[in-house]
Amino acid sequence: MRFFSNILLGMAVSLILCGDTSGIERFPPPDFVETDHFIPSPTTPEPRQDVYEYIDAAVLLVALGLASYLVLKKRSRRAIFALTLFSLLYFGFWRKGCVCSIGATQNIVFSIFDPDYAVPVVVVVFFLLPLVFTLFFGRAFCAAVCPLGAIQDMVLARPVRVPGWAESALRLLAYVYLALAILFAATGSAFVICRYDPFISIFRLSGSLNILILGGCLLLIGVFVGRPYCRFLCPYGVILRQLSRLSKWRVTITPDECIQCSLCEDSCPFGAIRRPAVQWPQQEYHIAKTRLTFLLLLLPVLVFFGGWAGSSLKGVTSQAHETVRLAKQIYLEDAGQIEEVMDASTAFRATGQQTKELYEQAADIRARFEVGGWILGGFIGLVIGLKLIGLSVWRQRTDYEADQASCLACGRCYKYCPREHVRLKKTKDGPGKW
Amino acid sequence: MTQNDKAINRRNFLRDGLWGGCLAALGIVAGASARKKRKNDLVWQIDPYKCIACDRCATFCVLEDSAVKCVQLYAICGYCDFCPGYFELGATVLDTGAENELCPTGAIKRTFIEEPYYEYDIDEALCIGCAKCVKGCAAFGNGSLFLQVRHDRCLNCNECSIAVACPTGAFKRVPADKPYLLKEAEHA
Repeated sequence: MRFFSNILLGMAVSLILCGDTSGIERFPPPDFVETDHFIPSPTTPEPRQDVYEYIDAAVLLVALGLASYLVLKKRSRRAIFALTLFSLLYFGFWRKGCVCSIGATQNIVFSIFDPDYAVPVVVVVFFLLPLVFTLFFGRAFCAAVCPLGAIQDMVLARPVRVPGWAESALRLLAYVYLALAILFAATGSAFVICRYDPFISIFRLSGSLNILILGGCLLLIGVFVGRPYCRFLCPYGVILRQLSRLSKWRVTITPDECIQCSLCEDSCPFGAIRRPAVQWPQQEYHIAKTRLTFLLLLLPVLVFFGGWAGSSLKGVTSQAHETVRLAKQIYLEDAGQIEEVMDASTAFRATGQQTKELYEQAADIRARFEVGGWILGGFIGLVIGLKLIGLSVWRQRTDYEADQASCLACGRCYKYCPREHVRLKKTKDGPGKW
Repeated sequence: MTQNDKAINRRNFLRDGLWGGCLAALGIVAGASARKKRKNDLVWQIDPYKCIACDRCATFCVLEDSAVKCVQLYAICGYCDFCPGYFELGATVLDTGAENELCPTGAIKRTFIEEPYYEYDIDEALCIGCAKCVKGCAAFGNGSLFLQVRHDRCLNCNECSIAVACPTGAFKRVPADKPYLLKEAEHA
């Protein structure tokens, strides 16, 4: 009987407190008299051990070293392909695509702006190692280590050539993506690179439908357009591109000398092979000079305009931060503009925090988005300006060359070069030696 | 010809300078992140005092079977016969019939200890993290049932999908050496 009265009391109390889910102790703990029942504690299984993370970092180091060796020294497409397959299976399907170097960028940015967040060592390693390797050996990471690149490389069956203007224009998307990722990570709003990682649901064999569709579409496009994510979207690829320009060693199509046979011209599915360009056409020289002057003057205008556009978008971009969203919701509810009440606002009101405080926090965050918008919008403007300048500057090239920035070091062009066949002693000693 | 050589040298010099600069910048990034007071790695966890027991944990996890499960903190549990986390509110008979149970997957096991006490255990293999029992227990009971991220299942994604969907910010990163946020018993 005592027990049922307890229940009734509990129900009465809870009618008053209904909606509070943290709960209060309405019933006293049991006192077992007949049995000496032991009250157990819940199990608390430990997180994945750090040691596995260090194994991942070690595998990354070995894979990068091996990739560099295979690309620059061994020059074997088949071996590079085998390593690509391994990376796809290990970093992709076995480790389920997380931690990845592309996403690690956000952790680094977040840790710079948030004093309380220390990046795990393994994330720092995943961010830095490919960059360091790129400074020395070019984009061997893209060729054979990155699982996102690997899965696209696997489906590339019927490559078509993307026109130069489309390539340059689409590549801007990656810069915008990088800028947004930095903005959202720096303000602590979201890790967009992870949220919209197109292949993660394929690696995990589960995930949201939208991302699965996105990944499927990219793979479908990837059958014809070589590695669309790497070339036009990858924010980490943007950093790799620039570092690859400076790399100490890099992919050369021919093992020794270019005989200008042009056989390699169509071998690259990523449009990274540049034709020889010996002489600037005389009659275009003056036009080019005027154009360059104009573009140089345009550069600061573009930077300013980009910054202005970026900062005026703060109303949209700041919506990515949950505090700003909540503040807006609370404001609209208080102003009676919307009837519907959200879980978030109900929970906020239950905490008893002042709405004024919330509005101040939201205003603070919006201000940070404004400053970030200026900087990153300016950055986009600068990228566009420099791209235009780069397109109007003529560079002398005597041989067929792989573009330092765009070359993904996949090694497809090697076997197109007759000199490579001589190196491998396939032609010199006659067909009998094959 | 000499002009040409000079230009090439200048270009190479600039190039090398930039190269060194980039390497130094990467070194600074490495140094800065190493210098920061290194705490433990962080993992995701639910603050049970902020959780409102919506059902998003059950559906938003990237795992097919959510890493969020219900946890029974026995020290708080009242061992009630009529457990509001176990039975439907309108249950007329207090037995283990499926029609009386609140849990859609029958993941709560009810064991008789002694009159009038029953023990309730969670079968994690069946629990989907829908928090129906959490709601019931919090509204009419002691609140000993609550959701926790189970770290033997959690992939510890960089951007936790549930954290994105969580309406109250109950999802947060906690140090890996204290990976659970269990409730505290008030009577202790």
